[in-house]
Amino acid sequence: MTNHWCDIANADVVLIIGSNAAENHPISFKWITEAQLRGAKVIHVDPRFTRTSAKADIWAPIRSGTDIAFIGGMINWVLDDMEAHPENYNMEYVNQYTNAQLVINNGIKLPVDLDGVFSGLDEDARSYDKTTWKYADTTNPVADLNSDYSVFKLLKRHYSRYDPDTVSGITGMPKDKFLEICRTYAASGQKGKSGTIMYAMGTTQHTYGTQNIRAYAILQLLLGNIGVAGGGINALRGESNVQGSTDMCLLWHILPGYLAVPHHLDTDLDTYVANHAPGTITPVGLAGDKSSNWWSNYKKYIASLVAAWYGVLSAPDPALMDTRFNYLPKVKKGENYSHMRLFEKMNDGIIKGLMCWGQNPAVGGPMAGFERKALEKLDWLVCVDLWETETAAFWKPENPSRSKPTSEIDTEVWLLPACASYEKEGTITNSGRWAQYRYKAVDPPGEAEDDLWIVDKLVQKLKELYKADPDAPNRDAIIKLSWTHGADVDKVNREINGLDSNGKLVANFTKLKDDGTTSSGNWLYCDMYTEEEGNRAKWRDPVDHHPHQIGLYSNWAWCWPLNRRIIYNRASVDLDGKAWDEDQPVIEWRGGTWIGDVPDGGWPPINVAPVGSKYLPFIMKPEGVARIWGYGRADGPLPEVYEPWESPLDANLMSGTKNDPTCFLGEDRGDPGSPTSYPYVAMTYRVTEEWQAGQMTRNLPWLVELMPEMFVEIGEDLAEAKGIGNGHRVKVKSARGEIAAVAVVTKRLNKLPGKVGGKDIYHVGIPWHWGYTGLSTGASANILTPHVGDANTAIPEFKTFLCDVEKA
Amino acid sequence: MSEKAILFDATKCMGCRACQVACKGWNELPGEETSNRGTYENPPDLSTTTWLKMKFGEVSSNGSIATWLFTRRACMHCTDAACVKACPTKALYYHEMGFVAYNKDLCSGCGYCQEFCPFDVPRLASTKTDDGVLSKMDKCTFCADRVTRGEVPACVKTCPTGALVFDDRDRILEMADDRAAEVNGVVYGKDVVGGTHVIYVLDREVDPELHGLPKDPKVPALATAWKDILQPAGYVLGGVVALGLAMNYMVARARMVKEKEGR
Repeated sequence: MTNHWCDIANADVVLIIGSNAAENHPISFKWITEAQLRGAKVIHVDPRFTRTSAKADIWAPIRSGTDIAFIGGMINWVLDDMEAHPENYNMEYVNQYTNAQLVINNGIKLPVDLDGVFSGLDEDARSYDKTTWKYADTTNPVADLNSDYSVFKLLKRHYSRYDPDTVSGITGMPKDKFLEICRTYAASGQKGKSGTIMYAMGTTQHTYGTQNIRAYAILQLLLGNIGVAGGGINALRGESNVQGSTDMCLLWHILPGYLAVPHHLDTDLDTYVANHAPGTITPVGLAGDKSSNWWSNYKKYIASLVAAWYGVLSAPDPALMDTRFNYLPKVKKGENYSHMRLFEKMNDGIIKGLMCWGQNPAVGGPMAGFERKALEKLDWLVCVDLWETETAAFWKPENPSRSKPTSEIDTEVWLLPACASYEKEGTITNSGRWAQYRYKAVDPPGEAEDDLWIVDKLVQKLKELYKADPDAPNRDAIIKLSWTHGADVDKVNREINGLDSNGKLVANFTKLKDDGTTSSGNWLYCDMYTEEEGNRAKWRDPVDHHPHQIGLYSNWAWCWPLNRRIIYNRASVDLDGKAWDEDQPVIEWRGGTWIGDVPDGGWPPINVAPVGSKYLPFIMKPEGVARIWGYGRADGPLPEVYEPWESPLDANLMSGTKNDPTCFLGEDRGDPGSPTSYPYVAMTYRVTEEWQAGQMTRNLPWLVELMPEMFVEIGEDLAEAKGIGNGHRVKVKSARGEIAAVAVVTKRLNKLPGKVGGKDIYHVGIPWHWGYTGLSTGASANILTPHVGDANTAIPEFKTFLCDVEKA
Repeated sequence: MSEKAILFDATKCMGCRACQVACKGWNELPGEETSNRGTYENPPDLSTTTWLKMKFGEVSSNGSIATWLFTRRACMHCTDAACVKACPTKALYYHEMGFVAYNKDLCSGCGYCQEFCPFDVPRLASTKTDDGVLSKMDKCTFCADRVTRGEVPACVKTCPTGALVFDDRDRILEMADDRAAEVNGVVYGKDVVGGTHVIYVLDREVDPELHGLPKDPKVPALATAWKDILQPAGYVLGGVVALGLAMNYMVARARMVKEKEGR
């Protein structure tokens, strides 16, 4: 989240899209309800009428996977309205705080020119050469709204195709509903008004999921909604600590603190920094004339990370730092270690061992039948969990996807019993970036141990084994690993914050050094634990000390970065430092200083600062302004409509390019199912009573009582056509497999109001919680899902694929 | 202790059912074995182990979904409570805080409370003991063990959106009126059966009966007759057995009448 949970209450409009907040993030509704009490309008866009829709002021049905058409249409509507009524928008924000005015390379070609793709596509390599996407002047881009190549002009040209009739024709959303949403949401573009976008996996789990979010970002920037109270782009994280685990390198391509995982070309520390740290870009012609380019500190952060892992140096030693840097594993040329590729490599016999730590891919992985069979190829599997998961039990007869009997499966499986959250101590980081300390409440049962204890034992043993074997591969990386904290949570917290060569806590990340003489396990967390104030994740002050009480609660827990509760908050004030929203200011420049939240850089406002030091507000961007035009993504500088990998349509209604040309395609994906054989749009999701792959809920009798069985939701109209009654047993099939479930027949999922490409669109809703172990068992939705994913992140396309359904 | 009430604001409820689980958690009630019957709702009905249950109702207009109703089903804690009136053993009684409490040890398992409740709430279950089959009534206790110690009921404590509120009944009525005015809603429970201790705020557009709430709940005359006339008369007559028989006859007759009316 750019903002945080409590801040939702400040919004004037709440747009929930790709999320069923009421069911999957019930506590968010505390704040949504609060916003409603203050007069906010809540809009829910979803194929299905859910518990969220029931509480929304406007529910708009949409064809699954058509967010870009819908949001692109809103962008187009806003651009037109902006021209007619500029007084209704914050044009100063758009012009001065985004790259709207900057001029792009005149070699750029848009999808309108190239039938659905941008310039630079190498079709065979499925990737783009992004040269023409960059600024005309790559270091000093010029602001010129009149240029045909200004971002604003390109944006208008691109989205002018997204007129209301086209949008309605692609999304299946009634045009009047679409226009009602445009009017309602665009009202947040007024100075002093704010709108928030809340999204979750319904947005991300598409072959163009990243571009879905980019579309939200563009809309929010046009409406001046980033950095302000009640605004932002707010990812509702699916688990209490997903934000924390992402910060700490859950994902394969980033190290802690969003530093790049080194690749084969990063031969030493300086080369790595040169390859990954962006150079500063200074726009010309904006009121601000200085870009802080915070990532220019890249070397300090990677050096401190290496020092955290291999020891703080008492004096600089570049050669030793290079040696240590090279202990880090590197991505081989052309490789991708995301979830689907890992399972392909297990299936190919290349990866021989797997540790599943609180993860259950036999239920949660895409094309789960394939992934379960891949487990059969492993030499060993270690599962660390609270229960015996489907993954841990893949070799048992209960697994319907086994390719061979138990006696013929040679994988050695260990199941290590772990502690639940109440049985261990440490921090979690919530969606709002708040690191909150949790204390242990009860002892764990039996032999269960906390994660840190397990890691500690594992590392101690590995060190012992590597020490004993002089030929062990990359031996020094293990035996030289600095492991001073053992299983002591407090020491781990201290290491994450960072220490100097005297063992003192580093005050904050501005004090980190680029030569290994300071450590920090995650630079973003440097400031959480200080000599003066102790571990601030333990802070529990329930009073909001903000001068306008906008709900920051800054002394409750601690928030990265630097306890800044709303990031990009320098965009919440005008050039003089006066808040756009006088009633709900995040920060304000008063009497020569900033008051309120911790500002995004303490420099004076642009109009107050001297020439040459007028710092632009978006400090994490090399150009200091937010990117409406985002040339860093794999699949285009602006979001463009594509169809899901499996689409009910034969063609893209917007262009001749059907799918995202750079989306991730699993090698073992098979052919997509055709709409003739699989005519309905399937989507997977969660219900409030169950959780993720189900082990933590399907073993609890109270929750099993509430949601006892695997079911699918089918509209009354489709059910009638197929002779399926409410509560009947049905079979759902995709090109990957078939599952059995109980039919919940409902008018909440009737066919879309509008035809799409001349067709009626029916959705089939499939919760994905069930599997073959536990108190409540049932078929797994992911037997049906495909092995394809997003062009940028390779997140699987769980949210739109094709299926057929019939009475069992 | 002052008179208390629970406010259920249907306009704020999102049907998460955390209240249902919190009720079982605090009261140590077991999960029931259920099946998916084509609905999110479960268990199918109140029982001696389910004292609070959320009902879901899809409301359509012109064949499309108009809204999805989430309604609380639990004891209403009436001021003029049919169950208290009908209870022959005085197991059910009015607590000084206004709610309907019960002493399970005194319950004879006769079932009159269930029979006469205008909201169809109390439930009975039989268990085998050394002394034979023992039947006992159970229902929402208003979390008497919490509220008498200054805590709010478990369901209220867990509600994420503030759809459930616990306070003095006067204060709850004020809140309900204010909220109803704000959302063009109606208040239910203020006056019916002498005033309930669970007060509902409902959307004006939605018929209370869609929420499972009778328009005009009444304490059946029979229950009143039993408590106010028959019982004192019975003591005079001294024929407890005869009295029981008379009561049984009347209840059986009432059942037949209800069945005839299709309930």
